[in-house]
Amino acid sequence: GKKNYNYSDVDCLCLQVNTERFESDSCGINHVEGGWPKDVNPQEVEQTIRFRKKVEKDESYINSILQLGSVMEHCIRQNNAVDIYQVYFEEEEEVEEAPDAPSAKTINVFRDPNEVKRTVTGLSWHPDGGRKLAAAYSCLEFQKTSKDMSLDSYIWDIENPNRPEMTLKPASSLICLDYNPKDPHTLVGGCYNGQIAYWDTRRGSQPVEVSSVEQSHRDPVYKIIWLQSKTGTDTFSASTDGQVLWWDVRRLSEPTERLVLDLSREGNLDRALGAISLEFESTMPTKFMVGTEQGVVVSCNRKAKTPAEKIVCTYDSHHGPVYALQRNPFFPKNFLTVGDWTARIWSEDIKESSIMWTRYQMSYLTDACWSPVRPSVFFTVKMDGVLDVWDILFKQNEPTLSLKVCDEALYSLRVQDNGRLVACGSQQGGATLLEISSGLSTLQKNEKSLELRLKERSRSEQSREEDVGREDGEDSPDQLISRAQKDFYSVVETELRRRRDREDQENRVRTH
Amino acid sequence: MLIEETLKRIQSQKGVQGIIIVNSEGIPIKTTLDNSSTVQYAGLIHQLVMKARSTVRDIDPQNDLTFLRVRSKKNEIMIAPDKDYFLIVIQNPSD
Repeated sequence: GKKNYNYSDVDCLCLQVNTERFESDSCGINHVEGGWPKDVNPQEVEQTIRFRKKVEKDESYINSILQLGSVMEHCIRQNNAVDIYQVYFEEEEEVEEAPDAPSAKTINVFRDPNEVKRTVTGLSWHPDGGRKLAAAYSCLEFQKTSKDMSLDSYIWDIENPNRPEMTLKPASSLICLDYNPKDPHTLVGGCYNGQIAYWDTRRGSQPVEVSSVEQSHRDPVYKIIWLQSKTGTDTFSASTDGQVLWWDVRRLSEPTERLVLDLSREGNLDRALGAISLEFESTMPTKFMVGTEQGVVVSCNRKAKTPAEKIVCTYDSHHGPVYALQRNPFFPKNFLTVGDWTARIWSEDIKESSIMWTRYQMSYLTDACWSPVRPSVFFTVKMDGVLDVWDILFKQNEPTLSLKVCDEALYSLRVQDNGRLVACGSQQGGATLLEISSGLSTLQKNEKSLELRLKERSRSEQSREEDVGREDGEDSPDQLISRAQKDFYSVVETELRRRRDREDQENRVRTH
Repeated sequence: MLIEETLKRIQSQKGVQGIIIVNSEGIPIKTTLDNSSTVQYAGLIHQLVMKARSTVRDIDPQNDLTFLRVRSKKNEIMIAPDKDYFLIVIQNPSD
């Protein structure tokens, strides 16, 4: 019968067994001769010939080869029938591919490695090829900053989202930063406490120089941009303390120049507007613009002799702070502003109103920028975590592409110089890198001339409207506010109604 | 005789550079190329066919290799395999 063995029955003998090491290697064999049968000597020609003749007489050989032969002939004829490598239409020009449907895909997400997450408030692309992205992290919510909150900002290699490539350690968290377009090793950053810091990435995480506290801004520095100059060491910064300061990074102990954004041109800080965005285009080096908390865009002349003459004119842009301000890289006379719930395109010559504007969006817009490769494309980000891509040649009423990047608010946005990569920063410290489809990032035929015509038309429409407006008399601020309120509420109402109708429709379908 | 005719017909097709018949041991039975090339082709292609065949059968055991074409810059090597023999033809279609 069967015997059930228990482990206790058998005396186990434990031995360590180790086999001899055997090394194996993979390599090819160089055939010199086939596998001749034992009775045939491959060197003897007579023997080999005899062997071959024997095989050729074999019936199975004959049948096999006949069969294989016909299969083979078929394929040979096939090859001769059509040359599959023939190049068709060699002489014709390359036909432009139909642009693929607008789309974007997320490439990577760079997350704040610290426990307490900060908002990505500023982004700057490395000027040489855009393989690196610098992100400024800070907490702008009043009194929300905790003692444990890290002050560090990071430079990321876009291929490695696991760990930042480099850490920037300012004394106070950075709100904004900018890579020097002329020297990709250096960056400037604007701090929460109003100081400016200058880094050289070859010299470590600590700033090489920091501006003195007394001479810096009295409020967080919201924007800092490198200027074009002979020495390549000039930069300027803007803050809600009402000042725009110019700096030479070799001597940050005090600013080289100051401008107080007092529209009465008396340099009175108490009456100054708080600056929250700054614009500078190297193609127009004598001008610059400042976007303010009060919703006014101030256009300035750098070369003016007296501070009073520096402020040239203003544009009443938005009902709230102008969070983004940028000239169109192809048509510098036009600039884009973003604030309240709209994005607006302006023409320098028309001060009273923008020439094009979007509908009131459902969420506050926090940043925007033009595409560096397509004059009619710009990007905006909103507080509901959505990135919108607008192509004004295609659709003016709504974005051409709308993407929900994340669930929290997006605060910053920067397009890389190739126009295909877009980085946007969120409230929870995530910087998302997206790639835009080629249709939205390659210059279309006639785009520039079409755009010019579109803008001309909008401009002339605008000036006509203004003439009418002026006849009616200017609206008082209260009237403007009530009109804005009315517009806003009507848009919200229509949207809510639309959603309700859609839901009712769906419910009706379901019950059927 | 039949074989001779078949092979002659194949040889006369446009672009055919060489024909080799190899048995399952890798021994070339008939060839139109010189000896050293024949032996090289026979040995290397034998290994390739074995690998291709096992690939097809590993993916689906009920499937089997029926034909193998290796297209290269200069020509195409076509191999018709059978249980015991292979027929190898080298063709340059654009000739």
